[in-house]
Amino acid sequence: MNTLFTVNGRKVRLSLHPGQTLLRVLRDNGYTEVKCGCEEGECGSCTVLLDGEAVPSCQILAMSVRNREITTVKGLMDMDGTSVIPEAFAETGAVQCGFCTPGMVLSSYALLKGNPAPSEEEIKLALDGNICRCTGYIKIIEAVKLAAVRMGKK
Amino acid sequence: MKKYRHVKYSEQKIDAISLATGEALFTDDFTKPDMLYLAVLRSPHAFARIRELDDSPARELDGVVEVFSHKNVPRVMFTTAGQGYPEPSPYDKALFDTLVRFAGDEVAIVAAETEEIAREALNLIRVDYEILTPLLDYSKALNEDAPIVHPEKDAKAMIPVPFHPEKNLAAEVNVEVGNFERAYKNSSGKVEATFTTPITSHCPIEPHTAMAYMDEMARLVIISSTQVPFHVRRIVSRILDIPPGKIRVIKPRIGGGFGAKQEIIVEPFVALTTWRTGRPSRLRLSRKEVFTSTRTRHGFTITMKAGFEPEDGKINALSMEALENTGAYGTHSLTVLSNSASKTLPLLNKIENIVFKGKAVYSNLPVAGAYRGYGATQGYFAYGQLIDMVIGESGGDPVEYYLKWCIKAGEGSPIFRAIGEGTEGVEMTLDTVGLPECLKKGADVFRWQEKRNRYSGEFNSGRRKKKGVGLVCMMQGSAIPKIDMASAYMKMNEDGSFNLKVGATDIGTGSDTILAQIAAEVLDTSPDKFIVHSSDTDHTPFDTGAYASSTTYLSGSAVKKCAEEILKQIKKVGSEILEVPEKELDIRDGMVFVSDEPHRMIGYDEICTYAMYQRSQFQIQAFASHVADKSPPPFAAHFAEIEVDTETGLIRVLDYVAVTDCGTPINPVLAEGQVEGALINGISYALIEDYHFNEKGALLNNRFSRYKIFSAMDIPPVRVILVDSEPDPTGPFGAKSIAEIAINGPAPAIANAFAHATGKRLYKAPFTPERVLSALTSK
Ligand code: FES
Ligand code: FES
Repeated sequence: MNTLFTVNGRKVRLSLHPGQTLLRVLRDNGYTEVKCGCEEGECGSCTVLLDGEAVPSCQILAMSVRNREITTVKGLMDMDGTSVIPEAFAETGAVQCGFCTPGMVLSSYALLKGNPAPSEEEIKLALDGNICRCTGYIKIIEAVKLAAVRMGKK
Repeated sequence: MKKYRHVKYSEQKIDAISLATGEALFTDDFTKPDMLYLAVLRSPHAFARIRELDDSPARELDGVVEVFSHKNVPRVMFTTAGQGYPEPSPYDKALFDTLVRFAGDEVAIVAAETEEIAREALNLIRVDYEILTPLLDYSKALNEDAPIVHPEKDAKAMIPVPFHPEKNLAAEVNVEVGNFERAYKNSSGKVEATFTTPITSHCPIEPHTAMAYMDEMARLVIISSTQVPFHVRRIVSRILDIPPGKIRVIKPRIGGGFGAKQEIIVEPFVALTTWRTGRPSRLRLSRKEVFTSTRTRHGFTITMKAGFEPEDGKINALSMEALENTGAYGTHSLTVLSNSASKTLPLLNKIENIVFKGKAVYSNLPVAGAYRGYGATQGYFAYGQLIDMVIGESGGDPVEYYLKWCIKAGEGSPIFRAIGEGTEGVEMTLDTVGLPECLKKGADVFRWQEKRNRYSGEFNSGRRKKKGVGLVCMMQGSAIPKIDMASAYMKMNEDGSFNLKVGATDIGTGSDTILAQIAAEVLDTSPDKFIVHSSDTDHTPFDTGAYASSTTYLSGSAVKKCAEEILKQIKKVGSEILEVPEKELDIRDGMVFVSDEPHRMIGYDEICTYAMYQRSQFQIQAFASHVADKSPPPFAAHFAEIEVDTETGLIRVLDYVAVTDCGTPINPVLAEGQVEGALINGISYALIEDYHFNEKGALLNNRFSRYKIFSAMDIPPVRVILVDSEPDPTGPFGAKSIAEIAINGPAPAIANAFAHATGKRLYKAPFTPERVLSALTSK
């Protein structure tokens, strides 16, 4: 079946089966920037923003969010021209394999929207649901700090 | 020291932005119309014989296209280890067998129109198992009455090495230098201890995934999340009897490997399905499958003995006896075993009498394989603690001790020759050893002396929380000498850009970037002039792959040679245009100029255009291959400061300093990133990671909520330092490797700090609160 959703600020028809998770529906409809690392709500690679809040899309029934704003990392690029976070990640060396990165970027964005100058502890807490095996998080935390400074200046 | 223009510079990773914005494609992001989805039926039993398998109910389900099992797939023995040919790992596996050897072993696969149908069909396959008594305790594998995991007659070793499946012996290595027994007997100081390391998971966040399709020329194309595309092609070709020329393997972006993807696990299934049905197919393992049925780190039990002089700690005799659990199949069993000795024992090379006895045994547990550190991680857990015990008994300071006894530049070790990759090793003297610099720098930054003195009385204080510091020193290698090969091809375009095609496999490490930097350094032009294309078996030359800390050193050398050849051609054309002999020409920023008259110059773009369209026309292009004669080790010194809560058994890392000598870091930020990632993985390994099985051998903690790995909240304060060390003369611009070494440090460094804090030893990793408490109450 086809249903209307709001993804990245646009109304789009997505094909789906009832009972499918938002992650499956997004990926099957070409939003492959949403990554699938576990489908159990435990890695954060499938993170999307729902009305601005970072959530694991693998734990959400697609049908239940028809009326919400869904944002993937590609959508973020259009919102207030926010390439600041991906750039901060790239510059600090926070991207290794990059599989966790779209999710990390979205969690960082959700954090910085609500808390423009987070402490290191607050950053760690905000990223706690996003696991990364490559970087040891050190440069990711650095990236979020850098992004915070830059977003604050804008 | 020479001033570089493009290496030793933290160039941004060329794919970073496309990854961070979700543009870059991973295997699972590719799709094809008409694609089939695969699901794998796995054995619920740790050890069982399949009496009967009936797939007809599954075939009747609407949407099921094929079911594969031992019934319709010919038996070809192979190893899933993605190693050079002939592999040092035994051929002890068939794609489908009637004997299943661990809970999670493959029984059949279903190819269906949707993922859901494929999974549903698994329930319809009827399998009648004869359940056998499993071998779950690998320490009993060599007992007379142990169940035999590989009773089949067609398992075989591909190189002449001890292989006795009839005794559960997957591999064996015995080496002696000097005479251990005599020297041990004559030593007045003696220590002995047994250390155990856990079975753990790599946890790349991208699960193992492969897809296949037939191209318009009826060739099989495999896209795979692999570290070893060329080995995938060779092995799939052999198992399915398809000529290599009919197979193309493409590596897109890879979501981490750490050794887990140096295994040919999922590719044969998609290849088989597509080759037989003609339709595209895809298999993405679930996280549970990644935990259970891909590969793990080999668990080891290592007993070490040292005979030494109590006055100065001089070790006369050292023995290491290792028992390695390879699980149900012997992939990497021999080489990981060898590396547990060959990467540790040369470190203190003045020890004259050394014996290593290693055995790798089968069990009905998940399959072990390559894992970052590759045996050295397990080896250093034992070695790093035993040396610390000797130092403790002889009353010295660890920093001074290592400075005195560690291998130095210009020296070798008989171990290099004695232990290779299954065969004899390669003799070498080391051109550079940056360990003394690492030790001095680390001791200074960490404030080693001060902290060590401050905590020296902790162990017999009555305090609940005790603090201590520990040190460990390490070496690894850079590629496998005289075995591994890398190659590169480069051609020039008329805007002065270059296509750089390498077999090297960037799995997130940044190798595409650093290879461009190496080429840029040779040709003195900007790294963004290089269009890097890596790992496509049709379009890039051969490379053994991303393993054994080899890419920077080996593939980097191939790229350097290739760029040097290009440079000759550029100068030749330049000399023709400028009418000046080549030897009077120099290069700078993508220009060739006359050394004495720098205003006479010509750009690379014009040179290429001239060569393409004007006189003595030719394509400026080159290729190069590289095999190394040596494997220069990177060195590291790790310093840990911890606090032990003697009531809860919790260990808190208060400070951790990791200092590494990797020769010239081609890209310091990326090199640091390698250390940081390996380090946090290593601390997580030391403190929390471990597989738990039920009494029937099924894995209990097969998801991230039960198999915890460190998240951002868990990381302790760590400081990563690359020392400004001597460039290695054999590496590209002096580079040695860096990807693996750091993972070996945390377990022994923290254990040594624990001994300093409490006076007790942790012989078993990970250091769970229960183990800590029981160590504290031990005698
Ligand atoms: S895929 Fe959703 S949390 Fe892992
Ligand atoms: S960069 Fe690889 S998992 Fe985070």
